[in-house]
Amino acid sequence: MKNLAIELTGIDKHFGAVRANHKVCLQVKQGNIHGIIGENGAGKSTLMSILYGFYQADAGKIDVLGNTYSFTDSHQAIAAGIGMVHQHFMLVENFTVLENVILGSEGGLLLANGLAAARKELTRLGDEYGLKVDLDATIDTLSVGLQQRVEILKALYKGAKILILDEPTGVLTPQEAEELFRIFGALKQQGVTIMLITHKLREIMAITDQVSVMRAGEMVAHRDTKDTNREELAELMVGRKVLLQVDKGPANVRAPLMTVKHLTMADKQGVERLKDVSFELRAGEVLGVAGVSGNGQSELLEALAGIHPISSGSIEMLGVEMNAKSALGPDILRDMGVAHVPEDRHRMGLITDFSASESALLGYHTDPKINSGLWLSKDKVDANCQQLMQAFDVRPADPHLKSANFSGGNQQKLILAREMERNPEILLIGQPTRGVDIGAIEFIHQRIIAMRDAGKAVLLVSVELDEIMSISDRIIVLCDGEVTGRISAESADERTLGMMMANALDSQDSLDPFHSMDKESSTQATSQDLSA
Amino acid sequence: MNRDTRIAWINGLLLPFLNVLTAFVATAVVFLLIDVNPIEAAEVLLYGSFGYEEGIGYTIYYTTNFIFTGLAVAVAFHAGLFNIGGEGQAYVGGLGAGLAILFLDPTLGAWVFIPASIIGALVFGALWALIPAYLQAYRGSHIVITTIMFNFLAASMMVYMMVHVLRETGQMTPQSELFPTNAWMPFVHDVMAGFGYTIEASPLNLSVLLALLCSVLVWFFLWHTRWGYAIRATGKNSTAAVYGGIKPKRIIIVAMCISGALAGLVSVNELVGYQHRLIMDFHLGYGFGGIAVALMGRNHPLGIIVAALLFGTLYQGGAELAFEMSGISRDIVVVMQGLVILFCGALEYMYRPWLVRNLAPVNTQGELGATP
Repeated sequence: MKNLAIELTGIDKHFGAVRANHKVCLQVKQGNIHGIIGENGAGKSTLMSILYGFYQADAGKIDVLGNTYSFTDSHQAIAAGIGMVHQHFMLVENFTVLENVILGSEGGLLLANGLAAARKELTRLGDEYGLKVDLDATIDTLSVGLQQRVEILKALYKGAKILILDEPTGVLTPQEAEELFRIFGALKQQGVTIMLITHKLREIMAITDQVSVMRAGEMVAHRDTKDTNREELAELMVGRKVLLQVDKGPANVRAPLMTVKHLTMADKQGVERLKDVSFELRAGEVLGVAGVSGNGQSELLEALAGIHPISSGSIEMLGVEMNAKSALGPDILRDMGVAHVPEDRHRMGLITDFSASESALLGYHTDPKINSGLWLSKDKVDANCQQLMQAFDVRPADPHLKSANFSGGNQQKLILAREMERNPEILLIGQPTRGVDIGAIEFIHQRIIAMRDAGKAVLLVSVELDEIMSISDRIIVLCDGEVTGRISAESADERTLGMMMANALDSQDSLDPFHSMDKESSTQATSQDLSA
Repeated sequence: MNRDTRIAWINGLLLPFLNVLTAFVATAVVFLLIDVNPIEAAEVLLYGSFGYEEGIGYTIYYTTNFIFTGLAVAVAFHAGLFNIGGEGQAYVGGLGAGLAILFLDPTLGAWVFIPASIIGALVFGALWALIPAYLQAYRGSHIVITTIMFNFLAASMMVYMMVHVLRETGQMTPQSELFPTNAWMPFVHDVMAGFGYTIEASPLNLSVLLALLCSVLVWFFLWHTRWGYAIRATGKNSTAAVYGGIKPKRIIIVAMCISGALAGLVSVNELVGYQHRLIMDFHLGYGFGGIAVALMGRNHPLGIIVAALLFGTLYQGGAELAFEMSGISRDIVVVMQGLVILFCGALEYMYRPWLVRNLAPVNTQGELGATP
């Protein structure tokens, strides 16, 4: 019988009126991989922040490796043997790996001694756990997968016996994710306990030993992974039966509504973000754009929506051509019937300080239907919002509530309603279900399919491969601003898309050094597995 | 009353009131330190500003200036711009008003002069704000730096204009000749006399109505037109504004021109309404005071009127204080203003956590806006 690494008893936490955690109990066995799943806002992150000393619980007891603690900051949690790898890495970009690892534990006045000692220790850790990283490389030259590895090393260096990882695969290619899971295996062999927070059921099923499900701030179930399945977990998360597969008929594809030819776009620093991108988008189809986040998808959306000027090439939409010389602004494109649901709803999709009715107006504030002469009619503005809220079941249906006070799913539904209810010809849609709970995802997917079936053209950008594969009719893959793959949805599988996303389908010499480095260390990790 | 409403009341009313009160308490302490009885001083101050008709006239006269500059700061602020250049824009606005009057035929009627001077003030104020706005929008020069530099430029330019160009012939004082009486904004006491009411003479003139009209227009413009929507959207989240088809560069230009025009109207109250000639330094303090007024008034016209009244009271009451009580110089006005700005501006939210905890406690039953 294994000892308990972590035992949480009756954890309560409130933020204002929000009950983030309510009487949460959790037991994690030493040396196990323990998954925690739940919808956004279910309280997973709050619970982990309490465990890591960021927040203090209002009530409850925390035991780590048999001792009771009440952490008031994360130093105490680290001292107790807990390490955390955040979703967004906490690394200094222009420091080397070594410098990053010793940050906060430099050891004495002079760096040299600390660095030398750390180098020795890190080499040992790297050998032991199969975590190979070039210690003298600066962070900004490392791939995301390697950066994550540095984060793990950092935690281990500080003596972590228990690793908490928050959505670790969100930014990884499928191959990098597999690599990560192999590292988990090695860590587990060495007796490290891993807590994996995620909303991806597939990962839970693939690598965890136990899984705990949270819903609305409470622990609703604990299962041994081998005794459960995806459907049961999804149902536990949402509290009702969920359709995991999108129900859609065959596409009835018609004439192209958008033709992109040799599109190239440079950002403000002059770095080329899109290189010679060409594709067609036809009426009655959903074209999925896959890729690891940061490979030009955001830029593609911004170029097509007229937000960012392009450098060369052309975009022809609904019979009007845009190129480097003649740009069309978002206002004109909207009038033409090109709607855009942006990737980042807080930064771009709505104005969080505005009321829902004002956010529901963004992009359409000059609409004569809402203006009467000089006057922007408040009644019409509210009525417009009310109507959108009804059509997309936004809750609470209160046009005067501040946009920031809606949950992520409802904010997204409000934006979708704003863009889709005007019946556009082309819908550009980025990360439609990011940070949205499973129930709302189902609804959003149905709406997108409904648009397709009504003969509209939909361009879908998403980092969720499941989403891309289940919604799209055709898929293009972007890597480093180039189209590195075109495939129909039926013939696409995760492996092929992953290879395309890493631009690894071509010959070996097209690989960049980091990927080859990945390969090298992966073989190391495997051999470690075998020998252990 | 639900929690959001309570918090709105705390933010909008209770908090400013407590902050002003704290500033007064601090002022009282200062008075005690210089051996002045604070109760007595308060009596003098209140009597000086509200005790008799002339005093009230002065108070509202000063208030008018602060309404103009407060609105000016607020409009820019809603576009996410910090216009520190109210001083310069008010000063140059005066040049516009003065030139409009001096170059028109003196025999024309008031119905030409008054609108012409208002337009002159609006246009020159706007132009003085347009240059920093252009530099911000198209060249990326920070508006705070450029507007503050433009205050100095305005001062130098006005000295030149007053000394070399507009000085009254045969006079040493750097001021223009007297405006024709047709061009004077009517005094309130004269207007009241026309209706048969006799009140004491004061500098208070009909510009105060212009200030109130501007408050209404600014409110209407910002919250009830598509242009106001575009300005506020840009100020809150310019990325989202661009997504919404709004052009932030244009917004910067428009908002700053409106802001400068409003600041320019100070000269209508000061020059067209009271001094009746172009003089030096009529604007001093109002541009910067406007920042505090806008801050205290939460950038809302209604709040600005109230805050402007407070500042007008301090101006007039403080002057009276310096006059009536030995051991107090006029500088005490600056001290009082400073304390008000400190407690209403810098320490704005000092009491907030405490107030919210006690007056709008969290309802643990889960009264919650967001439901998934």
